[in-house]
Amino acid sequence: MKLNSEQLCDLAVGAAFLGTGGGGNPYVGRLMVQQCLDEGLTVEIIDPKELKDDALVIPTAMMGAPTVLVEKIPSGDEAISSLRRLERHLGRTAHATMPIEIGGINSTIPLVVGARMGLPIVDADGMGRAFPFLEMETFGVYGISGSPLAISDEYGDGAIINAVDNRQMEWLARAIAIRMGGSAYIAEYAMSGADVKRTAVPNTMTLAIRIGAVLRKARAEHRNAFDALLGFLPSTLYRYGKLIFSGKMIDVHRETKNGFSIGRARIEGLAPFSSVMEIEIQNENLVARVDGKVRAIVPDLICIMNTETAEPITSEELRYGQRVTVLAVSVPEIMRSPEALDVFGPACFGLKEPFTPIEEIA
Amino acid sequence: MRIGIDVGGTNTDAALMDGPNVLAACKSPTTSDVGSGIVTVMKTVLAMGRVPASEISAVMIGTTHFTNAVVERRRLLAVAAIRLGLPATKALPPLTDWPKDLADTLGRHTFMVRGGHEFDGRKIAPLDEKELVRIAKDVRARGLRSASVTSVFSPVTPDMELRAAEILREENPDIAISLSHEIGRVGFLERENASIMNASLADLSRKVVSSFRNALKELSIEAPFYISQNDGTLMVPDYVERYPVLTFASGPTNSMRGAAMLAGEKDAMVIDIGGTTSDVGMLMHGFPRESAVAVDIGGVRTNFRMPDVLAVGLGGGSIVRDDGARIGPDSVGYEITSRALVFGGDTLTTTDIVVAAGLEDIGDRSRVAHIPAKTIETALNTIHRIADGAVDRMKTSAEPLPVILAGGGSILISRDLPSASKLIRPENASVANAIGAAIAQVGGEIDRIFSLEGTSRDAVLDGAKAEASERALAAGAKPGTVKIIDIEEVPLAYLPGSATRIRVKAVGDLAVE
Repeated sequence: MKLNSEQLCDLAVGAAFLGTGGGGNPYVGRLMVQQCLDEGLTVEIIDPKELKDDALVIPTAMMGAPTVLVEKIPSGDEAISSLRRLERHLGRTAHATMPIEIGGINSTIPLVVGARMGLPIVDADGMGRAFPFLEMETFGVYGISGSPLAISDEYGDGAIINAVDNRQMEWLARAIAIRMGGSAYIAEYAMSGADVKRTAVPNTMTLAIRIGAVLRKARAEHRNAFDALLGFLPSTLYRYGKLIFSGKMIDVHRETKNGFSIGRARIEGLAPFSSVMEIEIQNENLVARVDGKVRAIVPDLICIMNTETAEPITSEELRYGQRVTVLAVSVPEIMRSPEALDVFGPACFGLKEPFTPIEEIA
Repeated sequence: MRIGIDVGGTNTDAALMDGPNVLAACKSPTTSDVGSGIVTVMKTVLAMGRVPASEISAVMIGTTHFTNAVVERRRLLAVAAIRLGLPATKALPPLTDWPKDLADTLGRHTFMVRGGHEFDGRKIAPLDEKELVRIAKDVRARGLRSASVTSVFSPVTPDMELRAAEILREENPDIAISLSHEIGRVGFLERENASIMNASLADLSRKVVSSFRNALKELSIEAPFYISQNDGTLMVPDYVERYPVLTFASGPTNSMRGAAMLAGEKDAMVIDIGGTTSDVGMLMHGFPRESAVAVDIGGVRTNFRMPDVLAVGLGGGSIVRDDGARIGPDSVGYEITSRALVFGGDTLTTTDIVVAAGLEDIGDRSRVAHIPAKTIETALNTIHRIADGAVDRMKTSAEPLPVILAGGGSILISRDLPSASKLIRPENASVANAIGAAIAQVGGEIDRIFSLEGTSRDAVLDGAKAEASERALAAGAKPGTVKIIDIEEVPLAYLPGSATRIRVKAVGDLAVE
């Protein structure tokens, strides 16, 4: 599939939705891809099934603070440098790139890399949403090493990290990202086509595009966008969605802990909802509770959306008084296995409650 | 005594104020030269109030002139859009994502230079002064009279923008220069966009400000004058000449603040009901609550803080259907005087309902005598339900707040609203804009990313507050009146190292009178 401008706009909306509050606003990434399209470059998205088993796939991404990214716009070459650096290190050439994270800005970085290098982009990713750490990947859950990781900035600085495990890789890479000015661009989790088919969350790029399209069309036809989205999800791997709350933002509390933005949003219900929903945020929305009872919990998606426009709202954009609607969505089974929950389940974020699938929460 | 003036696209309003009291107010059509319309309204209010020009201690002007110029693409200059940030930022050159016609109007003279800073003050690259000298010559050769300079993280470290301005001036002594750190906050593209727009208004701003100046001179008013900016605070004329873009959206802010002053409330909801829509906003500490989303002006994305206003389709011309169960969102608009039943038309509007209910006497009452009592009752219920719903949606807590009614359509509201602790209908609400301008204060703001390493959050916050207060004093605030009205703290997500973005706003009374 060759991506066009309309699909790109839809992708930005769908990626913000799948970001569940985190992952950074895809606006800058969308403009970078649009720039490629305006130059006549091709953004070719391929289904994982089209990959040969021995093909080499090198995912690319941005890491660091989205707040820095919106001020220090990339040169556009950083992620490409990382991919090339990793190719040199491996002594092999990539056949395709791929997102590691479909939620937020990282859905768009591989598209720029693919367009500029003439590589196809695999329609899959390793998070199926947004997560704060590089080890939180289905790739790693099912045995793929994140290392060697290549990291680059806009000056042409770069490094290769060989870490003992994916967690240590994350720790070292983040330290370098800070020295690089708070945002840096990486290539990692190099793997074969067979491993992509085995370990990636499939078809999330086209899922994001379709989510954006469903919301756009519903708005244009003055239909209820939430109903349209919930009606669409059963045809995807994210097969169960539910509107779990609607109300008014009455409190947003943020603090920095260990360099991460920890927060709590409180939403006061508007009819037919009553009481108060409290959402715990660690960059992404982690758990939603009403009267102390869990209504949805990570890794299932908890999406806070503008009630009027049905636009996803990022954690940094949450403000007092906003009218919001909260959707909870089941993630694919590959993200809910015991091995997966060991890497990005509730306990990994310090939550005491166990994971309960949204389908089983009344 | 002060005179507040609002120069809108259609009308120029003025209010003569003695402290909080409105002595006189009037409206007059806006003239194409702006100045003569201002002279007319000032003459009128001075005569109405029987006050000599020498008694006026300050004149405050709010204007939508500059916003309209951008929206209508009129009287804009070609701009040298200079960016300091290479090798970063190359992916998206200046004017990316601008409407084509506006980018064409401004001439697409874009330049990218090595320079800029990181969030923590380190340099991305040393400023390429040689390249800037070359650009300065090129700018002269192209005959450009206005330039914008935007450097990465200039709200944290403005040095490179200041140095670039020096270099440009050496080659082009008369060039108008817009520096982004004076205009916007963190968020590069939005700040650059605002700076480029500002640069395109350089000629118009000089003309408009001098027409204001001449208007005062013509009436022998020697008092200083100020122009209101989008956050409801004032700027001195010299500053507006250089930064006209800061007046964008001052209209809604002035209108809400004016309404608040007239009602004697600082924390309240304002509902301004026009012919087609009702605009609902919230006042906190006498200032409108600001919108969190990026604002489009003339199709260009900016990060100005605009009042958060919800528009719903309820106005004096809204069409009534289903025996009163459905109202709007469409309206007969300006055609109300021919299409509403009471004016001999054939469309049932909200105005017809209030006349039929005997609440107002407008037009020909006999023409609505046939409307069934049940329809009238249902329609009145619907009207109040829409207004109440809109007020409730904009509130930040369930607690009822005073609701201030403004605008010609406020006749629609005759009953209590459940979301309101009380309803207030101030006198002179039709010139709330001009009154809002007259009572505007002066402010100071900082918005920066602070490192918390080796210091405490409290120490950083105190420093930020002190700096914002100093800025308010520098802008002309009376010592002792400066208060911190807003603090926002957003830690940088995904970035360990304890950096946090802090925005603090301080305001104080103007040091005149």
